[in-house]
Parts: sequence; C-alpha cells; structure tokens
Amino acid sequence: MDSKILSDQDTEHASEKKAKLGIKFFFLYLLFYAAFVIIGVLNYELFAIEVFRGVNLAVVYGMGLILFAVLLGILYNYLCTRYENQINKTEE
Amino acid sequence: MIYGISYTALTFFILFVAFVLWLSFYLGKRTKSASTYYAAGGKIHWSVNGIAFAGDYLSAASFLGICGMIAISGYDGFLYAIGFLAGWIVALFLIAEPFKKLGKYTFTDALNSKFNSRAITLTASVSTLIISIFYLIPQMVGAGDLVTPLLGLPHWVGVLLVGLIVIFIVATAGMASTTYVQFIKGGLLIVLSFLLTGYILKHGFTLTPDHPGQPYHAFIEMTPEVKGDKVITAGDWKVLDQVEVKGKKLVRLEKEGIVRWFDLAGQEGHYLLKEVLSITHDKSGQVLYNGEPQANGNFYQVGHLSKIVVDGKEVDKTGAVGPVEYLSILENSTVVRFLNAKFTYGDESVSVYYPHETSGKDFLLPGLKYKIGKGSSIWSKLDFISLMLALFLGTAALPHILIRYYTVRSARDARKSTILAIAAIGAFYVLTLYMGLGAAVNGSMDVESSNMAAPLLARAFGAVLFSAISAVAFATILGTVSGLIVAASGAIAHDFIDLYLKKNLDENAKVKAGKIAAFAVGISAIILGMAFKGVNVSFLVGWAFAIAASANLPAILFLLFWKKTSSRGIAYSIVVGIVASLAIILTSPTMWGIYGLDPANAPHHLENPALISFPLAALTVYALSLAYPNGKITAAK
Repeated sequence: MDSKILSDQDTEHASEKKAKLGIKFFFLYLLFYAAFVIIGVLNYELFAIEVFRGVNLAVVYGMGLILFAVLLGILYNYLCTRYENQINKTEE
Repeated sequence: MIYGISYTALTFFILFVAFVLWLSFYLGKRTKSASTYYAAGGKIHWSVNGIAFAGDYLSAASFLGICGMIAISGYDGFLYAIGFLAGWIVALFLIAEPFKKLGKYTFTDALNSKFNSRAITLTASVSTLIISIFYLIPQMVGAGDLVTPLLGLPHWVGVLLVGLIVIFIVATAGMASTTYVQFIKGGLLIVLSFLLTGYILKHGFTLTPDHPGQPYHAFIEMTPEVKGDKVITAGDWKVLDQVEVKGKKLVRLEKEGIVRWFDLAGQEGHYLLKEVLSITHDKSGQVLYNGEPQANGNFYQVGHLSKIVVDGKEVDKTGAVGPVEYLSILENSTVVRFLNAKFTYGDESVSVYYPHETSGKDFLLPGLKYKIGKGSSIWSKLDFISLMLALFLGTAALPHILIRYYTVRSARDARKSTILAIAAIGAFYVLTLYMGLGAAVNGSMDVESSNMAAPLLARAFGAVLFSAISAVAFATILGTVSGLIVAASGAIAHDFIDLYLKKNLDENAKVKAGKIAAFAVGISAIILGMAFKGVNVSFLVGWAFAIAASANLPAILFLLFWKKTSSRGIAYSIVVGIVASLAIILTSPTMWGIYGLDPANAPHHLENPALISFPLAALTVYALSLAYPNGKITAAK
C-alpha cells in the first residue's frame, strides 16, 4: 500500500502485533548489547582475541552491533508492513 | 602554523550559507500555521525525514567529537558510536509508532495526551528546555571552534554568526526549513565520509605521513650527556633546567634565543632527548607555541606510526589496503600518540604534548580512556556501564529527535524514516572508525583541539575535500542548532505559554510566539556559547544525554507500556530524573576539578549518572502511579 494514503487508522489494527514484535526485537538486541558491556567489565581479555582475518573481537563485535541494528530494523519493517497489509486485506 | 585562512573553504561556506538562507526564505512564505511551523505540516516524505533524522543526530559531537576521540583514545571513541546507534533501537522498537500517534507538535503533547495535566505540561516543557539548552551550548562552542581556525575570526564572531543564521532559519520557516537543511547536510555528510574513507584506504599506512604541501614535522631526537638523571649537555642546545611532571623528565633547552621543552626518555646509558610540543602562557598574556609566536608557524600537526607490520614483517609503507586489512595491519603496528602534561614553571603556565608509543592492539581495545581492563577499579567499571546505559537510553528521549516523528504523515512513515536513519547513521559510525584512525596515523591531529581531526584529515587529501568537509561540519552545527531551537521554542511558546498558562492562542499567535521564543532561545544560546568557550564539548553533550535518559525516557516508556501510569507519576519522575542526574554530574570528580578542588575528594567517583538517575526516575513513576492513580489526580485538579 502506498504510504502516502495510508493513515494511522489503517495501521491501528496491527498495532498490538507490531508492539509485541518491537518488544521482542528490543530485548533480542539488548541481549547482545548487554553481553558486549558484560564482556568489557568481566572478561576484558576476551576482546583482544582475533576472530576475523586478524581483527579482534572488540572491533568485530562493535561493527556487528551496528550491522545487527540495521538488519533487525529492516526485518522489523518487513514484518510490520506484512501485518498491516494482511489486516487491511482481511478488512476489505 | 596549523591553520591558515582557506579561500576555497570560505567560498564553500558562503555558498552553503547563502543556499540555506534562500531555502529558509522560500519555505518561510509557506509557513502560515502552527502545524507548519512546529511540524512542517506533517507532510515530509519519510525518506527525507529519515536522512533529516541522521542530520539531526550527527551533530558536532558525532562528526567532530567521535572522530577526534577515536583519533586520541582509539577504540574508546568508537564506544560512543556503538552506544549512540544502539539508542536508535529503543526509538524504533519501542517509541516511534506509538509516539507518533500520541502527539501533535511537541514532546509534552505526547506525554500529556492521556491526562491533560498541568504538572506534566510544566515539567515536560522545563525538561525539554533544559535538555535543548544543554545540547545547544556545545554546538555553539563547536561553531566558534570551527570558524576561528578556518576563517581566521575570533571565537565570539563564530558563535554570533551561527546564532544569527540559525535564528533567521528557524524564525522564518520553523521545522520545514530545519528539515531540509538537515536532509541536505545529513546526505552530504555521509557521501563525504565515504569519500574520505576511500582516500584513507587508498593511501594506506606510511611511517612518514607527508602530504602535498604539508610535510610531516621531523621531531628532533638527540643523545644527551647525563649525570645521575640530570642532563648536562644536549648537542648545540643550551641546557637551562629540568623538571619532573607526572613521572616525565622534561628538559628546558635554548638555541638562538628560542626556548623549547624536550622529553628525556630511556634509561642509564641509553638516554634520548625527544622534542615535544609546548604552549606557554606567561603573566603578561603572551602565548608561545614551541617557544615562538604562533604566527611563526612552528607548531605542528601530529599523529603517526612508529612501526608498521604486514604479515609479520616490518615495512615503511603499505600502499592501498582493504577495509578489513586496514584494521588488522593497524592492530599489529605501533601508534604514536601525543599525551598532555600541564605544569607551572616560574610565572609561566606550560602545557606539553609528548610522544607516547601505544601498541595497535591496545589502541583497538577499550581502556585508553575508560579503564575496564588493566588498572581498572570498581568505580571505573561502573562508570563504563553507566556510560553505555546513558548512550543506549538517551537517544530516544532527546526532544529535538522526538519532534521529528510529527513531521511525517503516518506511524508507518515514522517507522520507515527511523529505519532509514539507523542505516544512514550506522554507515556513518562505521566510517568514523576509519576517519578517526586515519587522523591518528596521518599527521592530522591538532593537539589543542581533537574536534578538528576529521577536517584536518580531509585537508591532507586536498583543498576541495577539506573545504567541503568544513562547510558540511559548519552545516552540521547550523542544522542541529536549528532543530534544538525549534524544540526549545515549542516548549516555551506551545507548551508553557499556550497550554500551561492557558493563553488559548490562535494559529497566527502560536506561530508568532514560536518565532519570538526562537529568537530568545537563539540569543541565550549565543551568550552561553561565548560564556562556555573552552569547556569540553563532549562533556556537555554527555550532560544532555544523561538528563534526557533520566528525565524523559522513564516517563515515555511507562506511558506507552503500563496502563496504570498516572500523571503525578510522570510529572515527578521527570523532576527526579532532572534533579538526580544534575546532582550526580555536579558532584562528579570532573566537576570537582573544574571547581578547582581535588577530584579525589569528590563525594563519589561516578562521571556518568544514568546508572543511578534512570532507575531512580523509573522507580518514581512506578511508585507514585501506584500511590496516586489517575482518579485522585483528576479529582484534585
């Protein structure tokens, strides 16, 4: 559906599903983010291990967190759009 | 001399500012209603809004600050990039869509959508104003810092210039022009960062980072005659004195009437005197750079490698390298950083910057700034956790970011623009790692201002790139300041005057009040920008994030996800968040140092307040919502 003519009313019915998905994705990301902080505080030496073509875990994990956020965002949008379209189709 | 007036940069500045003013004037003709002024009529396309989000977010702190911090402290600067981006996860998954549905123009509108409480109106507008002003100060200070070296203008002129241009932008067209300025600037910033990173990778590594018209200074090294641990002779230099500062033995030498400081390195039988950079202030107000007036041009950009290792072999240079190879080579090489030591010598105040070798392994690990490994304490570890928490939670609570959700048509557009923002900002933050590391090893560091790392790195690769990057950095400040002034003027005119004081303004009066408020906030920002000259920019931005995370986020999250949340709970949590975060910041060791007291005697050793102030505010909204549910509040009104 064209976003120009999609109103908040149309997406309202999918809101609950989207909110639940958002919370799940939030905690999934939080898990990885918290693990990063915990490694830093409790097992700092682990960050020094080379894990990818001579690059250490700290850099790979940091870049991974950035990339993971982008990918998770794209997946979230895909699923939310699908919910919205499904519900709108059902209503038609 | 590090800086000179660049006429190419000046041309870029003038062209860009002229374009921005024309755009504001053009859009200003269409700004007739409050909706257009505060939220660009809610008609901005999600893709424009997404890049404008990136423009809003990639402020002076992100572009100039993070690159500079990576160049100085390596991976610890990248921690900010990781945390700043992670904050968008909270915005996307928890805030974006429901927040868009709640509000109209401002953060206060959204918080108050279910209650119509005057207490919320007051506290939320005060919170917006405080956060916006704390965020404004470093932008204005940064504007002065940027304009001074590039255009040869005094700091106050830079602040005044930015202030006046921004007041014009905001007062003419409000959110519409701010959005398009941010869109253009955000897009340009990302494109230019890709270009700069391309240059860095193409250039690779070299032990002698000379650039066309910009040879790297060959620091003097000589073997002295030493007795005990005192230098007796030093080549053709006359030995004047020797002092010990922070365990460093610094020797004062003179030649041809010029006095310089050297670092005595090594040990008995193998002593070496190494030239350091020095800035000396005497009582008469005279400032000498390496013993000479700054205009003599004998103060240098620094940052280089002392050892490059490729596949286990030492080399002098590498040639072009790939992005992964760049990091792995750096990890096996040795970076020379210039550390600072300050001391008083007679009636002179001396600041020296001495070379210090840091292994690439340590440079690409956390710990040079935030002590979580070697030499860490429980306080430094708590500080690290608190910083990462503040960065994670602060983003989604910044008023000038939140109001951007009202500029698009629908909740779906709010979501899509947030995802585009995450992709754009994420790409930029990955590039900051290369730009920061590139500045650290390419002789692009101004020891006096790490904020200039990215522009100076661009200068190494050509005048045009430097001019474009500098103009965009200036635009970065213009755009962010515009967004902040819109948010702050909304808090005063819409929230406080119209809603709290119940003036019931009509559309024209709302716009007029907004413009007057923008003018007042702009003038305040100019004055504060001049007053805070020299204060650490990142430190001030950290305040804004900490206050936003503590004052606003608990209120937003509880409102969205807990049905029992009451108006009193929200209002008091905002107050507790502001007071707790400010109290912890103002009694921190850093502030103790600023007050002229011994930081070791500070009441606590936490620099970042979020670890305490966020849970405290969350607990307040929970407890007071249970103690004073909505029914009682309504009855009380």
